[in-house]
Amino acid sequence: MTGHGMTGHGITTPGRDFRERGAHAVADTELQHALRNLDRRLRTAQESATAHPDWKDRAAAIRRETLRDLDGWLDRLEAKLTENGVQVHRAATPEEARRIVLDLARARNAKTVVKSKSMATEEIDLGNALEAAGIRSIETDLGEYIVQLAGERPSHMITPAIHKTLPQIRDVLAHEAGKDLPVNREALTAWTRERLRAEFLRADLGITGVNFAAADTGTLVLVTNEGNGRFCTTVPRVHIAVMPIEKVVPRLADLSVLLPLLTSHATGQPLTNYVTMLTGPRRAGELDGPDELHVVILDNRRSALLGTKYEEMLACIRCGACLNVCPVYRNVSGHAYDAVYSGPMGKVLTPLLSGGAEGTDLPYGSSLCHACSDACPVKIPLGDLIIELRADYPAASSPARRGRRAAWNAWARAWSTPRGYRLTTAAARLTRGRAPGLGAWTRTRVIPRPAREPFRDRWARERG
Amino acid sequence: MPTAALFVTCVADQCFPDTAMATVRVLEAAGAQVVFPAAQTCCGQPAVTAGEPDAAARLARHHLDVFAGYEAIVAPSGSCAAMVRHHYAKLLPDRRAEVDALAARTFELTQYLGDVLRVDDIGARLDGTSVTVHDACHGLRNLRLGASLRALLTKAGATIVEMTEPDTCCGFGGVFALAYPEVSTQLADTKLAHGRETSAQYLVSTDLACLMHLDGRREHEHAAGPRPIHVADLLASGLPA
Repeated sequence: MTGHGMTGHGITTPGRDFRERGAHAVADTELQHALRNLDRRLRTAQESATAHPDWKDRAAAIRRETLRDLDGWLDRLEAKLTENGVQVHRAATPEEARRIVLDLARARNAKTVVKSKSMATEEIDLGNALEAAGIRSIETDLGEYIVQLAGERPSHMITPAIHKTLPQIRDVLAHEAGKDLPVNREALTAWTRERLRAEFLRADLGITGVNFAAADTGTLVLVTNEGNGRFCTTVPRVHIAVMPIEKVVPRLADLSVLLPLLTSHATGQPLTNYVTMLTGPRRAGELDGPDELHVVILDNRRSALLGTKYEEMLACIRCGACLNVCPVYRNVSGHAYDAVYSGPMGKVLTPLLSGGAEGTDLPYGSSLCHACSDACPVKIPLGDLIIELRADYPAASSPARRGRRAAWNAWARAWSTPRGYRLTTAAARLTRGRAPGLGAWTRTRVIPRPAREPFRDRWARERG
Repeated sequence: MPTAALFVTCVADQCFPDTAMATVRVLEAAGAQVVFPAAQTCCGQPAVTAGEPDAAARLARHHLDVFAGYEAIVAPSGSCAAMVRHHYAKLLPDRRAEVDALAARTFELTQYLGDVLRVDDIGARLDGTSVTVHDACHGLRNLRLGASLRALLTKAGATIVEMTEPDTCCGFGGVFALAYPEVSTQLADTKLAHGRETSAQYLVSTDLACLMHLDGRREHEHAAGPRPIHVADLLASGLPA
């Protein structure tokens, strides 16, 4: 992501780091107003989560079975896709993925691309790359269309415009329409629907992500609610699907568990309005479907995580449940993370996918409440991974880490004997607990003073 | 008579000795004999959350040496008990068997009363007292606390008025409270507002760090609403003198 032109683009929350952007976000009253919509999502997601307790175990087992032989499942998927007439491309980096798509688009003289919402294409910044190459790229998910028009990035992987109030959305759409539009959900949706219908019919190319890819049948699966995904995959002559390596699942039958878990944790629906299963391009005699179907399989540092303590992060199915329950996300919203992926999963994935170049402060912006670990439908221990990342970043060799580590080790040495503990706490009592660096606490909260007599002394006096 | 070794926690030892003494009184009222291993210091949790596992392991080793051999180790904190139960195995891989034995015998106060002593009536009377509960995160998600706390309060005659989202973080989060004060404070304000909506007299929790954060915010703002209080303090206040 560093060097891929992602940093700082489409961000509405200013600030140098997560702390500053978070502070800005909690002071933004309009944002806070918009975010209360998340509270409703939280309850829906929690109800759905409790409806499937044993499914989580099954889903977690399927995901880990996949990761144990990810390369093998990918090879089987590729063979089956090829057999089905799908053209498979492998991309090690975002640059490679972009080049593959741009080459395909140019070779077919594509002028307009319709996209359905996809975090993988956000990750490789495909929309901007297409625009830079002179190809119109239109997002066709309603929320994604709104943030594209606003020049922003999705603030939530399932509900990209959740950070905007309805009047703000009206302003964005009215500006595009060049006329006044009412602050009314139905009217705004109807206008967008009309507008996008023309784009679907005009498009030369449809680009989507992939929610799951079944290795045994070579089937690509997409879940959407607005029907735009089906439009993107059936109307244009060429369909390109971009999928990160971990989207593969061993068997189509695994979807009987994974699909309802994904949709229930994402939106509280037992199943989304549309579930699109694609097994190859249009065959002779078929009425619907593209002439060409391409799949770009993206690595972007993921395979380096296999076999490490972070491997479990690749089990993620992008449902957004961890965002919806996260007390930090619910108060700062997605743009404060200044990253493609936000919330708890973004805190873990951003440093890992950038090789430690980006977002290494994100793991510190967590109260470690572990609500994310509990909410995760595939049982990724997100809270524990956040703690692991704090140990790894900043790097051990950096001056910031060395000074801090020395201080913690000195403290641990002192407190690993009763005498050292007694001496240092006695010193703290002498200063009445005043210490440098406590301003961050005392500006908004009263701080307790050390007691005149610690419990251990009182115990010795009364009971010893 | 069951013996409980008090794992007082550094926070209670240094800042809240009255709560530590209340914990002793509650344990004794529930029928346990309390001992205090005097060499204890800190379980090492701050270092884990700061991303310093080596420093944490040093303190974990000391804690293990101090508490090995007791039949039950009881802390007035879900977070510190969860540190031993949830994090020690990773910190001290060379002492796995000892860590497993220690973890299995380490309890948060209400967990010990409910799961080990199987007591929900300690003879405390809190009739006419209304309380709301904040389910502190580590107790809730690492130890699955909550039922015993509510049973103890109800048996004592207190009325529990549940707040909106009792299981949502108060915003303390250790180093988070200092590193992200704005978000941390907003979470405290939300928790305190949810407490006020219940019109309860007390906001009860199992963890002093959460309570110190909430009470510190409440005091700073001179805010109305239920007074944050540790479950041991509230139960002990209802015990016969």
